[in-house]
Amino acid sequence: MGAVSENPGIPDPAVSVRGLVKRYGDVAAVDGLDLEVRPGECFGLLGPNGAGKTTTIEILVGLLAPTAGEVRVLGREWGEDDRSLRSRLGVSLQETRFPERLTVAEVVGLFRSFHPRGRDPRSVIAEVGLTEKAGTWTSRLSGGQRQRLALACALVGDPELLVLDEPTTGLDPQARLAFGDTILSYRDRGRTILLTTHYMEEAQRLCDRVAIIDRGKAIAVGTHAELIASLDGATVVEVALARGDLPDEAVRALPGVRAVRRENGAILVSATEAHVAVPGLLDLARERAAELAHLTLRQATLEDVYVSLTGRHLRDE
Amino acid sequence: MNSPLWSLVVTRFRESLRYPETIFWTFLFPALLAGALGIAFRGEAGVPSVAVVAAGPGAERVVAALASDNAVRVESLPRPEAEHRLRTGRATILVVPGSPLVYRYDPTRPESRLARERIDRAIQRAAGRNDPMETRDDPVTEPGGRYIDFLVPGLLGMNLMGGGLWGIGWVVVEMRIRKLLKLQLTTPMPRRDFLLSHVLVRLAFIPLEIVPLLLIARLLFGVATAGSLFALTFIAVVGAISFAGLGTLVASRATTTTTISGLINLCTFPMIVLSGVFFSTSRFPDAVQPAIRALPLTALNDALRAVMVDGASVVSQGPELLVLVLWGAASFVVALRIFRWS
Repeated sequence: MGAVSENPGIPDPAVSVRGLVKRYGDVAAVDGLDLEVRPGECFGLLGPNGAGKTTTIEILVGLLAPTAGEVRVLGREWGEDDRSLRSRLGVSLQETRFPERLTVAEVVGLFRSFHPRGRDPRSVIAEVGLTEKAGTWTSRLSGGQRQRLALACALVGDPELLVLDEPTTGLDPQARLAFGDTILSYRDRGRTILLTTHYMEEAQRLCDRVAIIDRGKAIAVGTHAELIASLDGATVVEVALARGDLPDEAVRALPGVRAVRRENGAILVSATEAHVAVPGLLDLARERAAELAHLTLRQATLEDVYVSLTGRHLRDE
Repeated sequence: MNSPLWSLVVTRFRESLRYPETIFWTFLFPALLAGALGIAFRGEAGVPSVAVVAAGPGAERVVAALASDNAVRVESLPRPEAEHRLRTGRATILVVPGSPLVYRYDPTRPESRLARERIDRAIQRAAGRNDPMETRDDPVTEPGGRYIDFLVPGLLGMNLMGGGLWGIGWVVVEMRIRKLLKLQLTTPMPRRDFLLSHVLVRLAFIPLEIVPLLLIARLLFGVATAGSLFALTFIAVVGAISFAGLGTLVASRATTTTTISGLINLCTFPMIVLSGVFFSTSRFPDAVQPAIRALPLTALNDALRAVMVDGASVVSQGPELLVLVLWGAASFVVALRIFRWS
């Protein structure tokens, strides 16, 4: 899962955003956001609902004008030659509902007609796995099939940059996996993808690099490994107690322990070295006459990164 | 690959035909309405006047006098029930025997005034009146002068108006709610093509909106078009484009279906009443006539009626066409300025 191979000679970024601000009255939906998406990577904007991801996307694809800041997409700015820039983008937005009584093939064909150049709608429909549904009205598609139809509409213009806003929201895990494979195969053909998600597993699986977005700002950017490494405690020890308690200060004082927090009655210990921290924890439990219900070791996730940066959870809504 | 404009038109047309509602409201409903109204208002001359006679002394003689006239249907009832019939409109006139004989009726109802004349004549004759001048009726039913002949052009106009406002207004707002407008805007689709496609779809619907209605009117009532088919088509096209403009205007900002249906009803209902669909605009006071004549539906109905009933040419309908063009142009200009894409 991957870090991007560094190209010799740095190519122009696919998307470059500096100091982006979008204000609605007194409310700043985007508040000084900086981003750089490199060509050929899958870049994820990860953050909770309301963090400003969708506003950012709508500015990037030219639907909204920013209040301030600099935006360049595929080396261009909006307002120069918008039609030609749009023909190089493939976009899927949240909550688009296609006309109910058009078939999959008709909808994809319609979007194909908007692009001066593009792909055969049938091959795109096959790529997203909807060939059997090509003649079906969109009203008879499942949620996952509709998301794949939206992806097909974004792909049919053969875009250099694919921009997907919450492409997998509402899908079951299996459908999400299949969807991810399609997106990855597109990246593997050398195209660039920018997507938003509030599923950290998804950001981890699909994205070469991730920007964690909070309150209209990018508070951390990097590969998955880089973000985890920034945690200063790449392992999380989860301890649940059947009896007794372990004071946070005592745990934090143990060798190898970097941070302690509590979640749903469990103690989450961030540790640099599990083999040092765990024996210490067990000794502490014995001293305090606390009885362990269970103890789990896991790799730190982007969720842990988010929590350590904001003190809040991604899923807090 | 197809052009965006062509694809938008074909897709939209195909989609709307997949809704049975479209078929009903566009083709069937106006034809059914024409049929029903044509039968209901087939002319007062053919409909007998319904009279009630208050029971009492002299009632029998009145009933006998009226029964001889087959333009009158008569029944003798006790006074309270007779009054009830009159009040509820099931009788057009109440005759109270006596001296003098009393006619109770509502003079604002044309059928009651007609009944009064018929009944008075029958009673006076039975009482021995002799008309000093001999007369004879020679009834004519000329196609062109009947209510149905008045009605059909009005229904055509109403149908073209409904098509423009619902067919564009409603549909565009639905696309906005479904966030399709927004998504299409991220593609290189020209905005101009999107709006133009709706106008073209409206034109494609014209034959479907007028041919079934004209056929039914012709088959059931012998309604013919006095003027040329070209003139009729030309005026229908100008009317459809004009209302396409109005449809685009009402659709330009609305973001909920409640708003758009309210806006559409706000436009259509007053015009259905004022613009001479079911009855002549001459029933309204002279003071408001200029305003009524400035309405697009009045212009369209007047022009259609002139062609169908009087055989007028396109050229003679210049002022009406100008009204339609001005409405259409002004609507499009404003709509394009204020149109909300996302």
